[in-house]
Amino acid sequence: MYLTQFLLLAAFLFCTGVYGVIARKNAVLVLMSIELILNAVNINLVAFGAFQGFETSIVGQVFSLFVVAVAAAEVGVGLAIVLLIFRNRASIDLTEVDLMKG
Amino acid sequence: MVAQNIVFGVLAAVMGISAIRVVTTKNVVHAALYLVLVLAGVAGIFLLLAAEFLAVVQVLVYIGAIVVLFLFGVMLTRATIGRDSDLDNDQRWLGALIGGGIFAGLAWLLIDAFGDEKLRIEGIGRTSDVGLAIFQTYVIPFEVISVLLLAALVGAVVIARKD
Repeated sequence: MYLTQFLLLAAFLFCTGVYGVIARKNAVLVLMSIELILNAVNINLVAFGAFQGFETSIVGQVFSLFVVAVAAAEVGVGLAIVLLIFRNRASIDLTEVDLMKG
Repeated sequence: MVAQNIVFGVLAAVMGISAIRVVTTKNVVHAALYLVLVLAGVAGIFLLLAAEFLAVVQVLVYIGAIVVLFLFGVMLTRATIGRDSDLDNDQRWLGALIGGGIFAGLAWLLIDAFGDEKLRIEGIGRTSDVGLAIFQTYVIPFEVISVLLLAALVGAVVIARKD
């Protein structure tokens, strides 16, 4: 196995997530795309850790665990915000959330 | 090694197609279910990289909790169950351009930098090693993560509370 194949897979997931964040207007779908990006980061951390040898592979896994925890927190707060937007505006269309636009 | 490459190819194909379906499908619930496929594929990739504890955590936390949270979000925001043609904004081509551009740049950079680096998996990443690393070297970041999760929990309750 080459290191590059994992990195390329992660890069593909990351770019798909970026596309989703830009092109979607349903807020829940944007959060899903952010999950794709975070998973790409996790693959990168674990692959680079394994590439550097056994000691570092454990470090990569620990950092990846931290990213998982932060992702869980992010989804919780993000969905709460989406619910609040829905309650106030009866829609989660992100193109309509433009109150701060000048 | 051949078997690992075949498994990687299958996983990568499934993940690639599912990831594209997550960001292009017209159905919100289908997007969440395709996301399950991607996350399960990531767990398989972790197994290939000998990170078994992380693979189990991936299944438990992502597939078990986060996707369910997403489905709750879909349900509570009363999104259309079924086809909904109004999920994309008019920046689709811009997004494709930016995503494709970043991928092309990253691919060129990665192949240039790590093109022929072999990945040798030495030893098995046992759960006890991960646990020791967390609770010895990284115990302070671990505690900070705990506080962060608590803060996020309280914050989510406060934000979503009806008053």
